[in-house]
Amino acid sequence: MTSREKEFRVLSATAILGYGFPEKSFRAGLARKPHLIGADAGSTDPGPYYLGAGKAFTNRSGVKRDLRFMLREGVRRGIPVVIGTAGGSGARPHVDWCEAIIREIAREEKLAFTLGIIYADIPKERVRKHLRKGEIVPLAYVPPLTEKMLDDSLHIVAQMGVEPIQEALRRGCQVVLAGRCYDPAVFAALPVMRGFDEGLALHMGKILECAAIAATPGSGADCALGVLRGDSFILETLNPARTFTPESTAAHTLYEKTDPYHLPGPGGELDLTACTFTALPGGRVEVRGSRHVPTPEYYVKLEGVRRTGFRTISVAGTRDPIMIKEIDAILEAVTGQVRDILKAEKIDGRIQFHVYGKDGVMGPLEPETKIRSHELGIVIEAVGSTPEAADSLCSITRSTLLHYGYPGRISTAGNLAFPFSPSDVRMGETFEFSVYHLMPLTGRTPFPVKVVTI
Amino acid sequence: MKRSILSVAKVIRSKNSGPYELTLDIIFKDRKGYDLFRRSNAVTKATIARLYRCRPADVLKIVYFEPAKALKVTLKRPIPSGHPGETDIYGAQQHAPLLSLMF
Repeated sequence: MTSREKEFRVLSATAILGYGFPEKSFRAGLARKPHLIGADAGSTDPGPYYLGAGKAFTNRSGVKRDLRFMLREGVRRGIPVVIGTAGGSGARPHVDWCEAIIREIAREEKLAFTLGIIYADIPKERVRKHLRKGEIVPLAYVPPLTEKMLDDSLHIVAQMGVEPIQEALRRGCQVVLAGRCYDPAVFAALPVMRGFDEGLALHMGKILECAAIAATPGSGADCALGVLRGDSFILETLNPARTFTPESTAAHTLYEKTDPYHLPGPGGELDLTACTFTALPGGRVEVRGSRHVPTPEYYVKLEGVRRTGFRTISVAGTRDPIMIKEIDAILEAVTGQVRDILKAEKIDGRIQFHVYGKDGVMGPLEPETKIRSHELGIVIEAVGSTPEAADSLCSITRSTLLHYGYPGRISTAGNLAFPFSPSDVRMGETFEFSVYHLMPLTGRTPFPVKVVTI
Repeated sequence: MKRSILSVAKVIRSKNSGPYELTLDIIFKDRKGYDLFRRSNAVTKATIARLYRCRPADVLKIVYFEPAKALKVTLKRPIPSGHPGETDIYGAQQHAPLLSLMF
């Protein structure tokens, strides 16, 4: 087979599995007879909690609804279905969560197929071996990894490239469920295996992983179609309300990236310096010139988080102009009082005031120094080493601020308006990113493929 | 006379680029505005450092991206996403200082 004589059509269902898509768009995509149906399910964007807690950031019924369409139509037509970064973060509990949904759908829809499950969890000992040889490379602004950080980390995952997905497809899997995965690999694995250019396939995958976000008007909850050819790829919308334009497509290349010309990934870099975007009739765009440049050594990106405590918060507001004028001094004094109580009571933790109307959004980056609002929203954040410690810390801080007698105070009944009873709410565990480093891929693959019959 | 960035830009946005970086995009309305702004050299590491109260060394990249008629600036996040002191997990509301750019 020569790829130049053929084209490879990829249907991307939605930007994040669970975000949804109009059935009409999906059907329009099926009518184009795609060779692959794919969806990326993950991101680190919602912060460290989800990887740490082993929970999905998307809603279960939303994920099930999207998957039902993809599996039912894909399996019946014999079109491979690939899901990347299962459950949002792609660690073992996330993959298990998504597998359970797949099994549920298969039962309900009476579907039988071969499922390939690829885990992306990296044993700490494997990381430690490289760490001791000085082979773990921090990404920009990330502190070097230490053994202590490694020991503290939970659920370390690596972003897999196209290879493990290709292995699953080669072994005849109709549906592939991958753990943490380089987003474009979901869409590029199969066409690259069939001989299409890796640079074009990965660049097309980079755009398709966000489905219709790169169209105009953009949407994360709509399908998109990519048509890969010998020396270009074409993007099509599946909803007459949207079009791809050279501008919308090129602009998307900027999104959430450090440098739009050079996009690093597993084992290489996508070089877009020679890339062109051309409008075609029917709201389509043709892209040429994307190149994949392998790196001398194959690196994968590791992601890991560690637990830092438990959080309890209280939401309140103030409408008192005297208090608003003095807010900085008041919060500083309250913090001091709380610190003294904590010391006496031997409670460990930290508090933070998020003051909306002042600098709640930008914090220390806020250039505006004057408060212009007639009211302020205050979120009291308390983080302690146990849920009980966080509760105590939040409660002490809330009551101290509520009754604090600041200079010039004339409203003596209480300083805060609470919208809710109870006023305090437990937010669960807190986490921090602890691993965000590159690891060389040597020896046995860390991405085992398990093939099961459903 | 200096002009406001708003006279030539159609998109001004911020977002995380991974948990450790904040990336700012300015997408221009047309080629003319893009060229005018680019030639003015109004955005340098020093400008960004002043607007975002960081060190010039914390500004990782300033890239003009021709195909999108856009300018991209990537800087160090004041703290990694979700760490103590966080105010904006996604980094999606850190664009406002750019709105005051003049060139």
